[in-house]
Amino acid sequence: MSITELGRTGGGPAPNGGTDLAVRAEGLMKTFGEHRAVDGIDLHVRPGEIFGVLGPNGAGKTTMLRMLATLLKIDAGRAEIFGVDVAGNPHVIRQLVGVTGQYASVDENLTARENLWLFSRLQGIAAPRARRIGTELLGQFGLEEAADKPVAQFSGGMRRRLDLAASLITRPPLIFLDEPTTGLDPRTRGQMWDTIRGLVTDGCTVLLTTQYLDEADQLADRVAVIDHGRKVAEGTPDELKTAVGNSTLQLQLAEPGEVPAAVEVVRRVLGSDPVISPERGRLNVALDQADLAADVLIALRTAGVSISSVSVAKPSLDEVFLALTGHETDEHDETGTEENR
Amino acid sequence: MSTLIAPAREVVTAADRVAAARRRISIGETLGQTMMMAWRALKKMRRNPEQFFDVALQPILFTAMFAFIFGGAIAGDVQSYLPLMIPGILAQTVLTTCMATGTQLREDMEKGVFDRFKSLPIARIAPLAGPMVADLLRYTIAATLTFGMGLVMGYRPGGGAGGVLAAILLAIFTGWSLAWVFTWVGTIARSAQAVQGISMMILFPLTFLSNAFVPVETLPGWLAAFVRINPVSHLVTAARDLANRAVVSGEVAWTILACLIVMAIFAPLSVRSYKRHM
Repeated sequence: MSITELGRTGGGPAPNGGTDLAVRAEGLMKTFGEHRAVDGIDLHVRPGEIFGVLGPNGAGKTTMLRMLATLLKIDAGRAEIFGVDVAGNPHVIRQLVGVTGQYASVDENLTARENLWLFSRLQGIAAPRARRIGTELLGQFGLEEAADKPVAQFSGGMRRRLDLAASLITRPPLIFLDEPTTGLDPRTRGQMWDTIRGLVTDGCTVLLTTQYLDEADQLADRVAVIDHGRKVAEGTPDELKTAVGNSTLQLQLAEPGEVPAAVEVVRRVLGSDPVISPERGRLNVALDQADLAADVLIALRTAGVSISSVSVAKPSLDEVFLALTGHETDEHDETGTEENR
Repeated sequence: MSTLIAPAREVVTAADRVAAARRRISIGETLGQTMMMAWRALKKMRRNPEQFFDVALQPILFTAMFAFIFGGAIAGDVQSYLPLMIPGILAQTVLTTCMATGTQLREDMEKGVFDRFKSLPIARIAPLAGPMVADLLRYTIAATLTFGMGLVMGYRPGGGAGGVLAAILLAIFTGWSLAWVFTWVGTIARSAQAVQGISMMILFPLTFLSNAFVPVETLPGWLAAFVRINPVSHLVTAARDLANRAVVSGEVAWTILACLIVMAIFAPLSVRSYKRHM
């Protein structure tokens, strides 16, 4: 039952021999009609870590999370949370997992305080303690002033905070966050990141989905990249970025016909191939250091390849995808996905 | 996992939580959770008082309208029609009220908060049964207003206050049980509008193909046969006997039996389709 071949220790030793993984999923599968939303995903989340699931819209991130949270039936495959079978013990799983959805799942007709009261009492917390927990969480999430206003009047950021607060009432050991910062302004986003980091210090394990590479980079100890319902890569954010380069040199050639010549030059200078973008005459070159851009440019001029525009950028999710899968983050693109590069 | 410093707060340990997790939900917990859901529904009613429009207006409007339209034709005059009609309106009002249960549940289910209800370790029936408990208030208002309007128009129930009270209680119980049918419709239909449409299709034959407004003897044989087995007819007859004569007839037993059968079928069906849904 215990898997120990995953050498690195995420958050210290496991509490007991039988349940060293917070989440263990093998070959998870979900089909909606003809569409296979999740197509055989394996996932191993260690206790005490923040695990990020990165992927574009429609990649199957939310579907996967909902299956693990007992909100959707698992069509095929198997999932365990702290050693408890998800399909067989949904009631136990619901006591172990706090879920914060993509759309704030709080009651609009109630006030913030009433929401926390409702969810506390539903989970069998006695009235005085429920009242105390409510006040504590409202303070912790900066919602004291709005505590007695109906949630219908809340801003997006406030709703998200209340939603997360509601997931923490029983202090569950595992928290699922589905795109916790999508649609938030940069400042609120930073606050949310701090809150999420704080959860782990309290001993929680966090599984989050995101569309943003920088969010995974900021928060996650390890990341799985999901595309078309399959896992295309997994590793630490650093490992992922190394696969793509720390920055990307984007080249637009004056003559699209000179692409092969340019590829040759890049290979000679860096020892690796550039990614040929679907746009005509465009190359993306992954760089370990931004300095190397100059070397590539000088070599291209020496070789007589002329350039119409050039830029150096941090790799975007698009580029990670292009590098990992050989296609862009297009939901309708049905070309096959390569397994790990 | 317990190596980090957490001042004043105990660190979450997964193994303890797994060991402490309850495997089943007890009946007591289910009832407590249902009452919390009822509390939520009552809060919602208080903040959206327009929800009471149907239960407040329909008994007043229909009692006045039907008395003057059908009174002369069916019973000779309005005064002698009232003892026949008021229990009929009572049944109809309560049925319309329980139809709203399905529509409102459906609207509610489309909101994000139902996702949280589903992810919490609570009885699956609580989010369905809670609003229905709160709806008892709506039935009470509707039933009381119907008799109130009747009294204003000159209805003097021969069964006295006790008879009327018994008739109201029976109507509330019936409404509450039949609401499970509409709750089930609420969990299977695609949208709130669809729920409304389907519920109307169930409701109209049930109320109009009964003895609520016309005596059965005036109907053709095949129709009379349906009217006689319609549970609404049993409710109407039972309510007439109670309100007008203070007699607890066998119809009361038939009504309660029909209600229990409906609940035994539709409560499990609702929970099953709610679990599968979304």
